[in-house]
This record gives sequence, C-alpha cells and structure tokens, in this order.
Amino acid sequence: MNFRIENVLQTSRRGFLKGSAGLALAVVAPGMAHAGTGAGPGIAGSSMVDGDFSPNAFLRIGTDNSVTVVSKHLEMGQGVYTGLATLVAEELDADWAQVKVEGAPADAGRYSNLFWKAQGTGGSTAIANSFEQMRRAGATARAMLVSAAAAQWKVPASQITVKSGVVSHAASGRKATFGELSEAAAKVAVPADVTLKDPKDFTLIGHSAPRKDSLAKTTGRATFTQDIKLPGMLTAVVAHAPRFGGKVKSVDDKAARAVAGVTDVVTIDNGVAVLARDYWTAKKGRDALKIVWDESSAYHGSSDAILADYRELAKTPGLVARKDGDAEAALARAGKVYEAEFAFPFLAHASMEPLNCVMKLDADGCEVWNGEQLHTGDQYALAKALSLKPEQVKLNMVYAGGSFGRRANPQSDYLLETAQIAKAIKGRVPVKLVWSREDDMRGGYYRPLYLHRVRAALDAKGMPVAWQHRIVGQSIIAGSPFEPMLVKDGIDATSVEGASTLPYAIPNLNVDLHTTNATVKVPVQWWRSVGSTHTGFSSEVFIDELAAAAGKDPVAYRLAMLAKHPRHAGVLKLAADKAGWGKPLAASADGKRGRGVAVHESFNSFVAEVVEVTVHKDGEFTVDRVVCAVDCGVAVNPDVIKAQMEGGIGYALAAALSGAITLKDGLVEQSNFNDYTVLRINQMPKVEVHIVKSAAKPTGVGEPGVPPLAPALVNALHAATGKRIRALPIGEQLQTT
Amino acid sequence: MTTLNVNGRDVAVDLPADTPLLWALRDGLHMNGTKFGCGMSLCGACTVHVDGQATRACVTPLSAVAGKKVTTIEAVGDSDVGRRVQQAWIDLDVVQCGYCQSGQIMSATALLAKTPRPSDEDIDAAMSGNICRCGTYVRIRKAIRQAAGMPAEDAA
Ligand code: FES
Ligand code: FES
Repeated sequence: MNFRIENVLQTSRRGFLKGSAGLALAVVAPGMAHAGTGAGPGIAGSSMVDGDFSPNAFLRIGTDNSVTVVSKHLEMGQGVYTGLATLVAEELDADWAQVKVEGAPADAGRYSNLFWKAQGTGGSTAIANSFEQMRRAGATARAMLVSAAAAQWKVPASQITVKSGVVSHAASGRKATFGELSEAAAKVAVPADVTLKDPKDFTLIGHSAPRKDSLAKTTGRATFTQDIKLPGMLTAVVAHAPRFGGKVKSVDDKAARAVAGVTDVVTIDNGVAVLARDYWTAKKGRDALKIVWDESSAYHGSSDAILADYRELAKTPGLVARKDGDAEAALARAGKVYEAEFAFPFLAHASMEPLNCVMKLDADGCEVWNGEQLHTGDQYALAKALSLKPEQVKLNMVYAGGSFGRRANPQSDYLLETAQIAKAIKGRVPVKLVWSREDDMRGGYYRPLYLHRVRAALDAKGMPVAWQHRIVGQSIIAGSPFEPMLVKDGIDATSVEGASTLPYAIPNLNVDLHTTNATVKVPVQWWRSVGSTHTGFSSEVFIDELAAAAGKDPVAYRLAMLAKHPRHAGVLKLAADKAGWGKPLAASADGKRGRGVAVHESFNSFVAEVVEVTVHKDGEFTVDRVVCAVDCGVAVNPDVIKAQMEGGIGYALAAALSGAITLKDGLVEQSNFNDYTVLRINQMPKVEVHIVKSAAKPTGVGEPGVPPLAPALVNALHAATGKRIRALPIGEQLQTT
Repeated sequence: MTTLNVNGRDVAVDLPADTPLLWALRDGLHMNGTKFGCGMSLCGACTVHVDGQATRACVTPLSAVAGKKVTTIEAVGDSDVGRRVQQAWIDLDVVQCGYCQSGQIMSATALLAKTPRPSDEDIDAAMSGNICRCGTYVRIRKAIRQAAGMPAEDAA
C-alpha cells in the first residue's frame, strides 16, 4: 500500500517540478525502442480479495472456479480485454470459458503502462507493454496452484500437470479445479521467479480466442459511460461557446429554468450547463438559454486562411527534424526537381459514443465513471481542479464506445468540465455530463490541419538522390503534460514521425518543421495513428509519383530502397503477392480499374495495403478491395488483428473520402453525420488481411492499419485515371480537376 | 404519462409526450441497450422495432408509439430471427467497441424478418443507415449472410 502511494507521489513530484499543468507522463516516443519490461509492478503480493485467490493485481480466482483478469487498459473496441486475458490464460493454462475480464481502477503503482510509467492506454502499446507482465501474472498463479495441489496430494510438484483449468496428478489419478485449489493456493508463498512457456507450446496465443466482450455487446448489456445510473443522478447538457476561447459574458436562463424538470443552470468556464433528471429535459433547457458570449479572446481563424498562411510558411526552412546529407544542395545540382504540396484538413474523431462522464462528489472525494483512457493524467488533473489528493479521485473504467485517441485528452477536457458542474452544484447529487453529437463534433481537439511540401530529384537510374520534406502545422504535444518527453529542440516528434523515419535509402534526405501554435488556436489532439495520418500519405504518394516519373513499377521501386528495412519489404511483398500485383485487374464495364500500394510503419508495426478501385465515367469511384499485410511481431490474437486492420481501413477510408472539419471565422462548419460524413456499409470494400509469421515481440495493431490506406487509394486512382490527388479529403476532385 | 408496450409488457412512462422514445427507454425505463449516437436519425445507434419496423428511436416521440409494440435489443433474441442474428454476431466476433451494435442487430433482424435471403444490395439498403465508426462492416455483412443460412460471400 505504502509502496503504491509513494510511487504515485514520486511521479507527481517530478511532474510538477517540470512546471506542467498536470502530471508529466513519461512516454516512450513513437518509434523509440521498447523500454525493458521485466515482471513490472503489480506482480508481487498475493492476497485474498473478497474470498477470491488474488495472486497478483491482475488476476483473481474464485472458489466458484472463475478466473477474473483485471485489465489495466481501456477496452474501446481494439480487443485489449481479450488480448490481455489471452496472455494470462495461456500461462495459467486456464479454460478460456472460465475467464472473465474487468477494468482496473486508477492506480499507477500497480497498473501503469510499462512504456509510460503512468497508467493509460494509447499509442498501440497495450499488448506490447503487457506481453511479459501478463504472462508472468498467469504463470505465477499457475505455480501457486500447483504448489497447493502438491502439498494437498503429497506428491512432487514436478509430476503435476495443468490443462484447461484442471490440475492433475496422472500417477494417483487426482484432479482438482482452480476453484477447489484457490483457498489453499492463496496461502502459498509467491514464487520469486517463474518460467514462461516456450512459444511452441502456446495453445491460446496465436489461436484467435473468441472475444470476451462479444456476448455483452451483442445483447445490449455492455456498460458504457452513457449507461451509468446512480441514485439521484442528474444529466447535464452544456451550451458551449461557439468559438474556441469564448466565455460567457451574461446569461438569461429564465426560459431554461421554466422548462419543467430543469433543476439547475450553472455557468462554467466555457459555457452554461443545464441539469435535469433526463437528457431530453436538460437539452430543452439548454436550447432555451440566451447567452451573450465574451469573445475577446476567442479564435476567429478560417481553414482557408490557415492553409494560405501555411503555404507561405512552407516557402521558408523550418526546424530540422532529420538531415542526411544535404538535400537542398543536391536539389540545386539536379536537372529536374519534382515538387508536390499536400494538404490535410482538421479531422474529428467522431467516436460512436459522444463524449460523456459521470461524477460523484462528496466529502470523501470524487468518484468517476468514464471510458477512461488516461488514468493517471485525469486523476491528477481532477485532484488539482477539485483541491483533492490524487488518491481521493477514484476512477472506474468502463467500456468506451470508440475513442480513436479522443478520450485520452491531455487536458482532461471533458472530465474537468464535469468536475466544474459537479462543483457548481456542490456535489449535491451525482452528475452525468452528456455531449450531443454536435457538441462532440464542434468540441475541438481535432487532428491538426497540415500542409506538406516535398521536393525530390532523381539520379540517372531514376532513383531519388534528394528528398526535402517540409511540414507545417500545429503541435499536438506543445502545452500538454507530455511536452517534456516528446518535444525536443522545438520539434514535436508526433508532427514528423513517419516522415523523419522514412525508411527509403535516399542519400540526401531532409525533413523540417514549422510549428504554428503561436497563431493557430484550434485545440488539437492525436487521432488514430497520429503523425502517420499525414506523413504516411505525403511520403507514400510522392514516392509513387517518383516511381511514375522514373517509369518504374511502384512495388519494385520501393523494394529497391528497402534493403535495410526487411520488415517493410516483407509486408510490401506479401501484400503485393496476395493482391496479384503485376497481373492485370479484371476489366469492368462500369469504368476504369486501378490498383495502388503503400507501406508504412507506425508504432513499431509494419503494414502494406494494396487498394483496387473502379472509376466511373462521371468521376465517381468505388473502392473494391483492399489487401493488407501486417507484421506486428507475435500475433497474440490473429482474428483481433484482422479486425483491427479491417476497422483501421474503414476509419481511414472515411477520412480519405470525405473527412474534414472546416473553420470559418472561428466557427466549425460541421455539426453531425450529415455534414461530417463517415463510411457506411455500402462503401466498405472487401478486405483481406495477411499476417506475417513472426517471433518478434508483439507490437500494436489499433492504429497501424490506418496510414497506408489513403495513399494506396490515391495511388490507385492515379493508376486508373492519371490524376494525382494531393489534398485530402478526396471529395469530388476527380470530377472537378 | 404515456403507455406503450415494450418487449411484450405494457409500461407507463412519466415523461413529456414529445420526449423521443430513445430517452424514454433510457432515462424513463432504465433500459440501456438502445444507444444515443446522433439524435438526428443519421447513425442508427438507437434503432428499435415499432410494430416490427426498424425505427430510429431518437426522432420518434413517445406520443407516436403510444399503444404500439416496441421491441429493443434486450428482447430481440426472443424471436428466432433475432436469436440467429445475435448468434452469428457472436460466432464471427463482429463487435469492436460495440456501441453501434444494438442498432446494427435491430436493423439486421428487421431485414431478415422481411427478406430471409437478402442480396448484397438488400443488405446495403437495410444497413446503410447504421454507422459503425469501428468499421465492422465486413463482418456485419458476413454475419447477416450467416444468419440467413447463406454462404459467406456472393458467388458472383
Ligand atoms: S441516435 Fe438515432 S439515428 Fe443516431
Ligand atoms: S463497433 Fe464501434 S461503432 Fe460499431
């Protein structure tokens, strides 16, 4: 207990010393090698919890023979509950059917992300950081069950076997379930070390154990934040300032208070909250508010103007993020310089569950129910805002209806909004903050708008000798608690990742960056695959342009520059092979067919995708098929990996086709799924996923399926039409250019 | 006070008659399976059956369902079609975050109740009102075909 609190306090002290607003989360920068994992915290210390055998913080075995795995990571669709349970059950030799999963509370001492030294889920790290830790948790429990059986049966532990949740001694014919042994096992000393299985003996890892959340989510019984009900709880709906940075000048709430059922109207930092017993009443009250906004420090920018400014900035050198050789000099020497500008809009995450949060405030502290993605950061931010000690902030992690990064807000935005409301009513009753879809769409924290300018020159053989990549846009990390870890010499690693890590062998390769936070005041945040959402696009489209200029096959061209990057080459070859690259596409009576490819590494996983399209005479097109190859090390659950690739492809395709948040005079022009259109089933291509067999440590799969899709699509459209699209979303550019 | 029939039981809801069925179910009857996604009939997360028809509960006022039969995800498995749909969903591990899936299952069940062997176009038409941001569409299509007893993909 003391050990845990000490751990947390140390982390906090470090955080505050750095002068950041919240806790400094020690993050392993994208692309950096893994920190050593070891057993990690949370393993030592057996105990009984409510009569269950709890060999460590990640596992409880009940006398009813249930095995409960405690997930330190948020299940937001990526399959992590299933993945972590697979790791524990594998080493425990449990029967998959007896395994249940529940979310861990906020407790950085026991449940930290081993790559972060704080508790949270993101960066596709969940399985990667837990791989050994969870296996060890299972193996430890197994050893204790075996010891207990050996003692009871008076036989050597070495003669005992465990299979599918049954402990047996063949010679004596004795058998016992985990449940039967749980009480005795709880009294066994925790072994100092355990041996993990040889991968050849795996029966669950690599075998696609069925998802643990399927039943609950198929029957409507899964509990999301939206579903939390507490006695006396009120729902809060907020009228937010229409422009970022706006505040309330005055409010006339007579009409709102006149709505039958409205109990409270309270002014908070960026708006006015109306409370009622149900959402509809609260919303009616909210809609009846008359608010005069103080816009003295509100942001009035427009997307068009931002882009125009970025275009000017892109003419001048930025801060250097990578410098191999001297690209400018090589370009100056070259006979012909190829040049392209790429533009990317703001993007909303638009998770299916609009943001929400439930909070109970009382004399003892604050208790929160949330699709909790950044436990430690949120815990400290709430403690600070509510003048509590971090341990007085209890976070209950429930299922998140998607996140794509949004629920890991470094400013804890919607949690602090809930806290302000709870505080304003003095904690009289619990509060559920519910954002409407419009609130969610207009609430900011978007993938930033970026402009890239890339220039290159080719040698006599058509291979690039110079590559100058300039990126202009807001930093996601600047001003957040992550800044000390991820911003070095003015360069936010997440702004350039994917470009600064371009794998192709090019002798003169420069990447530079203009960060625009001083002038552009739009709240921005990581969005599924972060920097690679834009760097993957510009790099992989421009490489394709160079291959075309050189008259080379796009796959062969890339492979020729990937000799030092076998895993990139591996997925590229596999995807090309499975897609029938090089063989003509079946002709279509409906229009021109085309095929395009892209390969990209993100979060230490490697993905290549081949996209096939049909472009009709009117410029409308269909995406027919996507063939995807992924190398994410050991495939813990191949079916979940496939699902993540399918989903990543769908998510990326939505953005590529039509995703854009645009600002006009500081107002967000989109509001709901009518004007921020997302992918629907009729637009979903056939998807084939191939997983590279690997013995390397497992790496992430939640995000890496996203980056290759858009460039491969644009390259396919080029193959079909000869038109090269360089600004996203694609929209109607084929019709109009 | 509005009286309606939810999952075979007559219930009285003490909310104004203009309250959408979605919020009557969730906040009035404490039935959480039906989800709020957009409130504008754009996403399908709130899909229920009203007298067997797939209906967006977020834009259906309580007054419009007075005396009608409402079926929600909580009881869809009571019908043979609904049970087969849910089973196919589980067999194929369709769900990711799961938030859209109540609505997907309600739409799929309404489709198969009317069209037991749907074409891909039928599936598109019936399901394109249901957004899944996790992109589970590949599996939704497969699961519908499986529930219908059809092969995983069109031979064509
Ligand atoms: S919530 Fe009803 S259609 Fe979206
Ligand atoms: S499963 Fe997440 S929105 Fe469909």
